[in-house]
This record gives sequence, structure tokens and C-alpha cells, in this order.
Amino acid sequence: MIILLVDDELELVSAMSERLNLRGIDADYATTWKQALKMAEEKKYDLAVLDVKMPGLSGLELWKLLKKDYPEMKFIFLTGHTSQDDFKAGLNTGHKYLLKPISFDVLLECINRSLSDSPKKEG
Amino acid sequence: MKIKTLLEKIKPRFWDEANHPDQPGLFNYRRIWKLTVLCVSLVSITPLLVLSFMDYNLSRKAMRAEASFPILRLVSNTTLNVGTFLQEKSSILDFLVHNTEYVNLRSSDYLIDLLSDINASFGGFADLGVINSVGLQTAYAGPFDLEGNDYSREEWFNEVAQKNIYISDVFRGYRDEPHFVIAMKKYLPGNDWFILRATIDTEEFNRLIGSLNVRPSSDLFLINKQGILQTPSAFHGAVLERVRIDLPELDSDSAAWKADDDIDLRGLVECGSTDSSTVTIIESQESQKFLGCSLVEKSPFIVMAVKSQKELMQSWWKMRVELTGFMIISIASILLVILVTATYLVSRIHDADIKRTSALHKIEHTNKMASIGRLAAGVAHEINNPLAVINEKAGLLKDLFAYSDKYSKDDKLISIADSIIHSVERCSAITRRLLGFARHVDVEWKKVRIDSIVRDVLGFLDKEAQYREIQVDIETEGDIPEIVSDQGQLEQIFLNIINNAFAAVEDKGKINILISSYPQHIQVRVADNGCGIPPENLKQIFEPFFTTKGDQGTGLGLSITYGLVKKLGGDLSVESELGKGSAFTVCLSKKFNPAGSPDMNCH
Repeated sequence: MIILLVDDELELVSAMSERLNLRGIDADYATTWKQALKMAEEKKYDLAVLDVKMPGLSGLELWKLLKKDYPEMKFIFLTGHTSQDDFKAGLNTGHKYLLKPISFDVLLECINRSLSDSPKKEG
Repeated sequence: MKIKTLLEKIKPRFWDEANHPDQPGLFNYRRIWKLTVLCVSLVSITPLLVLSFMDYNLSRKAMRAEASFPILRLVSNTTLNVGTFLQEKSSILDFLVHNTEYVNLRSSDYLIDLLSDINASFGGFADLGVINSVGLQTAYAGPFDLEGNDYSREEWFNEVAQKNIYISDVFRGYRDEPHFVIAMKKYLPGNDWFILRATIDTEEFNRLIGSLNVRPSSDLFLINKQGILQTPSAFHGAVLERVRIDLPELDSDSAAWKADDDIDLRGLVECGSTDSSTVTIIESQESQKFLGCSLVEKSPFIVMAVKSQKELMQSWWKMRVELTGFMIISIASILLVILVTATYLVSRIHDADIKRTSALHKIEHTNKMASIGRLAAGVAHEINNPLAVINEKAGLLKDLFAYSDKYSKDDKLISIADSIIHSVERCSAITRRLLGFARHVDVEWKKVRIDSIVRDVLGFLDKEAQYREIQVDIETEGDIPEIVSDQGQLEQIFLNIINNAFAAVEDKGKINILISSYPQHIQVRVADNGCGIPPENLKQIFEPFFTTKGDQGTGLGLSITYGLVKKLGGDLSVESELGKGSAFTVCLSKKFNPAGSPDMNCH
């Protein structure tokens, strides 16, 4: 199980990935959408945790790209704030939506649930 | 008292809102109304009054002229007739004096023949007498033995001596019958003279006047210059009595009536009617009569006709009543129309203004809320990101401790990290609430039961109610159906409102919650018997940062509640009486109506 964390806040994603790694979950992180796309090409990620608001492409736009190329991929959205429109769009994706700052336990639970919902191909 | 209640009932809405010192956009409607009514009344009623007054006077004049005309004609005719009558009698005497020898006239026998002759030809002569220049009656023909009477001391004798002809007033004389005398002087050769005197029967005189007066309601008679009746009057005394009418003094020289203060001569109209006589019409206000008078020339007689005003002016009075009635009705209807129209128009202006200002107020409020919302959201957003970093870093720190052999047993370090994480949670709760104030991120539409939500909320406050002995009653009216709304937000709304009620009441106070179902909406009314809200605060109560609690309140509670209710498509209203308590009413539409404008009004 490999997770890709995408947020423009390096300190956040680095700490988050480290914590996941400590719990034996393989997590990489990217701070720009370009980096994220590049990493997705290189590795097959089971789950992407996307910040909604990022410079350049927003999390939702990035989601559309990733979704197209990697239909198997699961998503969780993070947001520090959201306008009503963003929020509704986020709901429409059908994916979990978490408000920053998130409780780590909640994040773990969401990750587990998202991954267990779908039939796993590998282990 | 009844009038006061009636006035209170029909009083227009703007009446008590004369001044709006706090709302400079509004006019003084009562003043506008008064000005409108006054101006319109003045320009419409003044011409009406002026025209009516002119018409009144013209009609009155015309009617009086018309009323006095028959009197004028009667008096004028009578004067002419009486004059002719006297002229005829005088002419006969004149003829006798000039065409009969004095020698013959001195003989009583001749006079007797003469009397019977002229009576046969003309009639009306009672006796004839000849008096010489020293006043001795030398010959007499008539029913009495008056021969040899001395008239030298009589007033009439002196008068005839001077004026050559004399017509006396009516008197009774020896026969005790009303009659009058015509005397004529004739000069004889040698500067001597004699007088032929004839007594005229008034019978014929009275008949003549009676025949002229055809109307039984009017009175026609003769008087002399002293006001003594010369012929019988129907209503104003007997012959030779003083006429029972107040008369102005007669100016004997000009034969016209002098103005007398005792009699109101307002209606004095002089009309020259014939060549020989002048008729004076007097309208006596006091006796309500029209008098017509005219002096018969070369005689002491005055013809007088009296007619009651009542009869003459009856049609005028009727017309006057009609005219006045018409005017009063006109003025009343004009005033009514003006009042109704002015009231209606000013009410409409007032209502439109009120609507306008309230709309402006609402827009202002919405703008305020929106900018505060933006500010709050901005702050929350800016803080959320660093908070997230702190959260993750603290979490990582805790993890690092927990997963290291060296520190995993160090509870102190772990608890420090936990306390950081806990504080971050608290901060995030605050920012979420702020975000919730701006826009309700967590809106989750689902079917909820309002009554059970209210009961749940009351559950939170059970302890406080018990401790403070506050009596909380909850009632439901009708069947409360499920509606689609957001449970969490509703809890927040009711918690805020009920919390406020708890804050408002004293210990052992009372809170009454009534949940009722209306066709369109469900209404929850939370009433307390607490301190109430002053009217000046009531307007601002839903505004953000408005607080009366000083440092203890943020002024956001009710403002957030209001925003939440609006967000759920509902309405929140408040009514309050200082010292008696307040009631907050939440209305929630039964139709699923997310963030729409409320389609109902709270009662």
C-alpha cells in the first residue's frame, strides 16, 4: 500500500508522511502538482491525499487528471478552508473530505476505510 | 370615551410615527397629512363658501324684491284711488263754491236741496255747511241742527283760512260715526270770504279700500300723520285708535320716513312708483312684517299695507334651508373625500418608505454579515494551515517519542505533545465555528424531528435547570412532521436560544417552549419570563458583535444563530417586553428549502 500526499505546505506533508511511515504505511509526498504527476507516473499509488487549495492546479483539478490516468486510485481531500463551491465540488467527487487541521487518527481511519472499500489487487 | 376608541381604531399607521430622529430618511407623515388636508380643503372649500355667500345674497335680494312688489303695487294703486276719491269730492265742492251765488248758499233750504242733489249724483256727502269769515255757520244742511255754530276757535278753521282748502282727519263728531271734512274757502268781492264745508261719509271710503285689498292675509288701511287709524284695519286696531305697529317718524315736509333707531330699516327700499306718490317699503325684522306706506297728496292720509313676512318669504326660507343644506353636504363630502384620499396616499407613502428603509436596513445587515463572514473565513483559513502544520509536527514529535525506546516511557514528554495536539484541536474548533458563521461547511441535509432535537438540547441543560430551579415546559401543538434540515445546526440554533433564555431568567424562573405545526412551516417559540430586552436593543440584537454582556459576550451568539436559521431557509424573530420577558420564534419551512429566502413569516 503506497500513499501519495500532495500539499504545498512541505512541513505538513513531510511530517505526515513520516508519521505514516512510522506506522508502517508507505507514504511519499509532493509539494506541487507537477511533482505529484511525475511521481504518479513513476510509482503506482493506491491512494492520494490531495490538498484542495494549491498554487497552480487545485486539488480538484489534479484529481481529475489523476483519476483519468489512474482509475484504480483512491482519493482523500484535505482543506484548510473552503468556499461553498469548492465544498460542493468536493462532495461531488464522492470522496472523503477532511478539514485541516485533521486528527491523525481520523486520517488513518479514512485511509484504511478507503483502501478496504475496494477489492485489493495486491495483498 | 367611545369617540376616543373609534379614533384609535381608524387612526392611520403613520400617525404615531411623527418623528424619526433615528431614521432621517423618513418624513414627518403627520405633518404632510395635515398640510395636504389643510391646503386641499382651503382651495376647494373657500370658493364654494364665497359662491354660496354671493348666491345667498343675490337670491335674498331677488326674493325680497319679488316679495315687496305686490305691496308696492297695492299701495300705489290705493294711493291713486284714494287720491282720486278725494280729488273728486274736492272738485264737487270747488264746483259748488265757484258756480253758486253766495246769496243762495247762505240759505239752508238751498243747501238742503243742493245736498240731496249731489248725493243723488255722486253720493257720500253727509252734510253741507257755509261758514262766514268770522267763523259762524250761517247755513247748514244735514241731520243735525248745527246752524249758528261758531268755529272761529277751531284749528281747522284757521287752517282753511290760510290754505283755501282743507281735508280733515277722520273723527267721530256729533254723530259718533267716523267721518271727515273737506272745507273750501271762497273770496267774495270786498275782500270778504266764506267757507263751504262738507262732511264725507267714510263708508264709501272704507268700501273703496276694502275692494282694493283682495288678499285676506294682508292688511290695507289709512292712517294720519300721527299714526291714528283712519279706516278699519284687519289686524292692527280699530278706527281712530293708534295703529299697533312701530313706525318710524314721518317727516311731514318731505313725506318720507325718517330712519328710526327703534326699527330696523335694513330692508328699506324706496320705489318711485307713480308720478304723484312715493311708496316706501319697510321690512321690519322685529315684527317680521313688510310695510308699504305712501302719503296721499294734499291730504292728511297715509296709505299703509302690511303683509306678514312669513307668507311672502316662505319660498325664500325654504330655498335658504335647501341652499344651506346643500352647502353643508357639499363641504362634508369634500372634507370626507380629502380626508380619505390624503390618509390613503400618506399611508401608501409611509408604507413604501418603511419598506424601503427596511430593505436598505436588510441589505446593510446582509453586507455587514457578509464582510464579517469573509473576514472570519479569511482568518480561519490563514490560521488553519499553520495549525495543521503544528498539529502534524506535534503528532510527529509524539510519534517519535512513542516509537523510540528511549522516550516511549517518558509520560511527561508524551503528555506535553498531547497537550499541544489538544490545544490545536481547540483552536481548530474555534476556526471551524468561525467558518460555520460565514458559511456552513458541515451542512448535512437529512430528515430530522424538530421536537426531538429540542428535547435533546434541553438534555444538555438539565443540570443547570435543576440547580437553578428553572421550570422548563415543552408543549407541542399538532402533529410535528419530519423535515429535511441539518441536525447539528439545529442543535446549535436551539442551544443558543435556550441558553440565552437561561441567561435571561432569574433563579426559579420559567421557560416555555411551544412547538407548533403550520401548513407551511414548523414554529418553535421559546419564551422566558426574564428581564426582557429594551426596545432600542431589540433592533440590533441579531447584529454581529452586539452584546450587553460586556467582556463576557462576543456578540456573535445570536448573530450566528440568525445566520444559521437563514441558512436553513428559516426565519428567526424576537419579541420582548422590558421586565416581562422575551420570546424567540424560529420558523422552519416544511419544504426542503436550502439557503432560500424564507417563504413564511413568523407569527
